[in-house]
Amino acid sequence: MKVARFQQKTAVEAVIAAVVLLVLALGPLIFTEPFLRLILAKALWLGIAAASLIFLASYGGMVSLAQTALYGIGGYVMAEAVVANGGLEVGVDPWVGVILGIAVATAIGLVFGAVSARSEGIYFLMITLAFSVIVFYFFGQVTVLGGFGGLNNVDTPGIVSNPPTDPNNFFYIALVVSVAVYGVIRYLVRTPFGIALQGIRDEPTRMRALGYNVALHRTIAFGVGALIASIGGILSVWWQTRIDPNSINIGATIELLVVAVIGGLYRLPGAWLGAFVFTVIDFYSREIGFVGLRFNTVIGSVFLLIVLVSPGGLMGIWDSAWNLAARRGRGADSVEEPSTPAAASPGG
Amino acid sequence: MSDRAAEFGPPGGLGMQQAQTQIGRYLPRVLIGAAVVFALLWVLALADNAASKDPRLFFLILLNALTLAGLYFVVASGFTLIFGLMRVVNMAHGSFYLLGGYIALKTAEASWGSWGLGLLVACLGVGAVGLLTQQAFLRWNQGQELRQALITIAISVIIADQLLGAFGGIPQDFEWPAVLQKTVNLAIFGLNYSFTRIFILICAIGIGVLLWLWLQKTRMGMIIRAGVDDRQMVSGLGINVQVVFAVAFFVGSALAAFGGVLGGSQLQVIPGADVDFLLNSLVVVIIGGMGSLGGAAVGALLFGAVDIFADIYLPCPNPDDCWSNYSVLLTFALLVAVLAVRPYGLFGRRA
Repeated sequence: MKVARFQQKTAVEAVIAAVVLLVLALGPLIFTEPFLRLILAKALWLGIAAASLIFLASYGGMVSLAQTALYGIGGYVMAEAVVANGGLEVGVDPWVGVILGIAVATAIGLVFGAVSARSEGIYFLMITLAFSVIVFYFFGQVTVLGGFGGLNNVDTPGIVSNPPTDPNNFFYIALVVSVAVYGVIRYLVRTPFGIALQGIRDEPTRMRALGYNVALHRTIAFGVGALIASIGGILSVWWQTRIDPNSINIGATIELLVVAVIGGLYRLPGAWLGAFVFTVIDFYSREIGFVGLRFNTVIGSVFLLIVLVSPGGLMGIWDSAWNLAARRGRGADSVEEPSTPAAASPGG
Repeated sequence: MSDRAAEFGPPGGLGMQQAQTQIGRYLPRVLIGAAVVFALLWVLALADNAASKDPRLFFLILLNALTLAGLYFVVASGFTLIFGLMRVVNMAHGSFYLLGGYIALKTAEASWGSWGLGLLVACLGVGAVGLLTQQAFLRWNQGQELRQALITIAISVIIADQLLGAFGGIPQDFEWPAVLQKTVNLAIFGLNYSFTRIFILICAIGIGVLLWLWLQKTRMGMIIRAGVDDRQMVSGLGINVQVVFAVAFFVGSALAAFGGVLGGSQLQVIPGADVDFLLNSLVVVIIGGMGSLGGAAVGALLFGAVDIFADIYLPCPNPDDCWSNYSVLLTFALLVAVLAVRPYGLFGRRA
């Protein structure tokens, strides 16, 4: 019975995912309003960044606040390498810049991971917050790299076209990359490494006793998170054709956390769901005015409400609703859904 | 510490592993020790304006570092008190700091107001806000550290935004009372030193001593210390821990406001100070060890010293690209260095 219901839910989710993907694939045809495409495109790259956080939180039990910094490093290194006038004035091909950005961000992610691998839960949160601030100040204070003005007019590869005027190509690239990131993470967590990582999330001491190198697994996971975050960062730089330190300041760090928590910290699709909701609220409260309230108050209140009502975010609400419906439907045999680790706060 | 040992795969080649562990354990310490020795040598003898060449400057900088550390300590002591007892990382602490500053400023500006009254109203008001936060949002989530941290983050976002809306983005001056606006002659190197800075230091020491007396010599302090060690046992003994929690949260929040009034008077009441002082408090208590009052004092001293000394003693090859721009980075290097050797801070214990 339990298995059947689980499969049923998986099937429903697969159908929903297929519909969403189909709508997105036809996106530029359906959403002829320019701002709708803006919202969707931003939600896609923001979702990739949030996915790196959700990957670490849900499979590694590591709620990291360094993802914005790593995302910034990816974007910044790419921009430094590509921009010919400003910053380091390197001026290489955009694709070389992409490779450099991802490589450097991943390397730094591995170092961050190694330093913080011994910390857990709330300590981990604070240490990664410190990383985030270091990176922000680094890019702000080091004037050679552009200082607080940042880097402007970053060239994009030809295939991306020029997102501000012609967003369609960017939209499809972001969509394909999002699907790829989702697929890779889902694959990765089924490999022996991914299984061990989840074991470490739940029982670090036991895994250590079984002979697994806990710190090494956490470090590598952090490196993977950095890689994904840097991809998001590079897309964001392409989207805006610029980057400055304020786009990775502590406000941005909190924003990414808000995105992930609203979507659901413990289920991967929550990354893009949260990014979409966040972008919509962002757009409507900034551009149109949201019942006269200020944007940060609105988003802060939504965040507070989500944390209080459903720590698993919107995905958690979906899971609970499904469970409830299933229980109502089947009567007394209330079995726990196997895919809701939301209640167990990792490392807490 | 032993959990750092490299133990990939089945046991084997244990001697080799132990050697690696030894290197892994001592290398960071040796490196950090060398860095500290070099920094001391640099400040005392090597820099262009080193202490041996300009002792007056050194003494002045030392005083500045001490007084800044005093401000950091006042703010961080509230943070560490709340964490130590309740394991709540109050990410809204910085917002409480700024809220305190604004409340005191507005009270003092009123026709009937004064600086001292502002301080009192700020401490009580912010204490009440903290108490409300704890009772309404945190109390029923006890033990869920991450969720509590997220709740306080949400509250800090809302408070910061509302303060920005209410008071605007322009920094506001908050005058010290006239009594304090003077300089005192210290009779060392003939220095005339600002009395307000000394006043901050006096407040910090006073608060430190009072907190210490409260925690060590009173019944409630005893309960708090017992609660830090074993909360369940304390409630098992028939003590109403919830009352103790509420009091501690009130006091911790009021201390943030106290710091906000001192900091606002010394440095202006300025949007963004909430984030700065949240980070300062975090760094101070992470260095010192979360939940330890003595640790907060030591952490504040180290943090203040690195902050101020780096500003003055880092070399400045050309005026455009001074190394002292990077003094902020050095304070975080301090944090990482401490954590690399002691993951739970200098005086911290594993949770």
